[in-house]
Amino acid sequence: METFLQQLINGISQGSAYALIALGYTMVYGVLKLINFAHSDVYMFGAFMGFYIANSGWFQATMGTSVLSGIVVLLGAMALASMLGILIERFAYRPGRSPSPGTLSFWFGILGAGFGYLLGEAPWAVAAGAFVGILIGAALERWGLRPRAQSSSLKILIIAIGVSFFLENGGQQVFGADPKFFPQIIPTKVLDVAGLSLDSQKLTVLGVAIVLMVLLNVIVNYTKIGRAMRAVSFNLDAAKLMGINTDRIIAFTFGLGSALAGAGGILVSLMYPKIDPLMGILPGLKAFVAAVLGGIGNITGAMLGGLIIGLAEVMAVGYGQSTYRDAIAFVILVLILLIKPTGIMGKGMVEKV
Amino acid sequence: MRKGLLWLGAVLLLAALEPNLRGLIGAYNYQILVLVGINIILAVSLNLINGFTGQFSIGHAGFYAVGAYTSAALVRYAGPPVRALVSFLPAVAQDAVLLLMGLLGAALVAGLAGLAVGIPSLRLRGDYLAIVTLGFGEIIRVLILNIDAIGGARGFSGIPQLSNFFWVYLFVLITIATVHNLVDSSYGRAFVSIRDDEIAAEAMGIDTTRFKVLSFVISSMFAGIAGGLFGHFTMYLHPNSFTFVASFYVIIMIVIGGLGSIEGAVLGAVVFTVVLEMFRGFGAFRLINFSVLLVLIMIYRPEGLLGSWTLFKRRRKTGAT
Repeated sequence: METFLQQLINGISQGSAYALIALGYTMVYGVLKLINFAHSDVYMFGAFMGFYIANSGWFQATMGTSVLSGIVVLLGAMALASMLGILIERFAYRPGRSPSPGTLSFWFGILGAGFGYLLGEAPWAVAAGAFVGILIGAALERWGLRPRAQSSSLKILIIAIGVSFFLENGGQQVFGADPKFFPQIIPTKVLDVAGLSLDSQKLTVLGVAIVLMVLLNVIVNYTKIGRAMRAVSFNLDAAKLMGINTDRIIAFTFGLGSALAGAGGILVSLMYPKIDPLMGILPGLKAFVAAVLGGIGNITGAMLGGLIIGLAEVMAVGYGQSTYRDAIAFVILVLILLIKPTGIMGKGMVEKV
Repeated sequence: MRKGLLWLGAVLLLAALEPNLRGLIGAYNYQILVLVGINIILAVSLNLINGFTGQFSIGHAGFYAVGAYTSAALVRYAGPPVRALVSFLPAVAQDAVLLLMGLLGAALVAGLAGLAVGIPSLRLRGDYLAIVTLGFGEIIRVLILNIDAIGGARGFSGIPQLSNFFWVYLFVLITIATVHNLVDSSYGRAFVSIRDDEIAAEAMGIDTTRFKVLSFVISSMFAGIAGGLFGHFTMYLHPNSFTFVASFYVIIMIVIGGLGSIEGAVLGAVVFTVVLEMFRGFGAFRLINFSVLLVLIMIYRPEGLLGSWTLFKRRRKTGAT
């Protein structure tokens, strides 16, 4: 019984982390009907940003292991992750929907910076490379290349895969491929409650996740921008006709979802401190399964799905074969697709002609 | 008749090249050539489901792994008795029997796996297949890691080397011919109509689920064959060669070449494999460039570089004579 309760607590804290990531998937799917593969890499990015903030000279000098430093790292990583999410939306997904200026300059700038680094490895070489890349991109855009206006779901899906692959390989190049260890930023204590050992990290994870989810619910249900988000998710074209700036709402949705993924990255790194550029793939997939399980596009469903996946995984490890841990989420996925493809809380989708 | 002669000529040419090729171009280039061939099979087969049928699978490496391990295990464990059974044949023919047995097993098991993955996911909207196939690839890897008879996490070693340039390129030709003829047939038109407009296809009386599953199973079978050829060439298999990254590679190949063009898939496989090998020293940088290329091609030329361009004009069947 005690081990069961112990596993229950582990499962809930693991599940709440999955739920945070699943929220980003489900919100983006809601507005764009797109599986945002890059979301799992935003989660990885959040963890690395937390790592760099916590290891920066300024941080080391002014903060120690305290609750405040935990909050600083969390907010910093969330802000940076949300910026990455908005950048991805602006320069990869939006050009796939409608022609938008600056796309080629952006990507050529990144490639140019890479070539500059290969040639010189000095900051000025990188900057010069980026500058040349931006010029070439702008010139190409000015005289010639025009994006295709028509948008198809397959096209956006491949873009998402490309962005995800870009972030993973870029992460390996910039952060290094070897795993790093996330520092202890909050004090560790093991509390003994009625024979159960609750370690403070897991409780922190659970508490932060609950606070963020309540906040998200307030934003989505009780603010003007939240109402616009729901309108866009209900029907993009009708929302546009009603005078909603849909591109802005989509960017906001990406920012919000990515901030949650960044928070998820920090929280998971508190529990399992090993981080590497490919760390996002499996949790990302499982979180997506959680979103499908709860009913994709449904925010409450994503939270519920995350909890179920987390619990199922921890229980399976506790009472069975730990080596099959990573397969459990996918078995659940296949079952849900066979039994109730719309998910637990999902509404039936009607295919429109 | 003309077709039969063409095939005979191709087989003779391959057979004549095989014994001399290694000396002619060096062992390193020979190996790259064989890898290019295996990647062509993978790309052309993935193009059948992704490019022609418009359903997005990103777990091709899973079926590739299933084929590689099935074929290797079959030859390793059932090989000796079968070899004894056909001992009256010359050694080359014995090898051929074993290899074909392994590849047949690989195609069957990979096809069954495709059926098991395809039926639950292809009933639904297109993007579910993407996530289910990705998940399937991971499940297969976890399963392989846990089966000790095929090496588990140590990797599967001691696989007899049966495949070579001759066999790989023979199957390249078979794959291209099969996919080409399939796409030209009424089945192929059903595939393309599903890609272009699923609802319209359904309205025209096409059983879309059935055709999607069929296309997916055929695609998986060829991935299985590619896996078998790979295992019997490298003589060693490890689950880490079959991660989602391997699936991404194949996607990059077909997107570069053109979704829905066989020549494009071949070209993409050749370019991608050779470039990746040539610039090995640059590490992750190569893949950064390829992924940016993937994004830009999709934005500026979503049908791929070659689109639906073909080298050979499709012959139109001119009705009853």
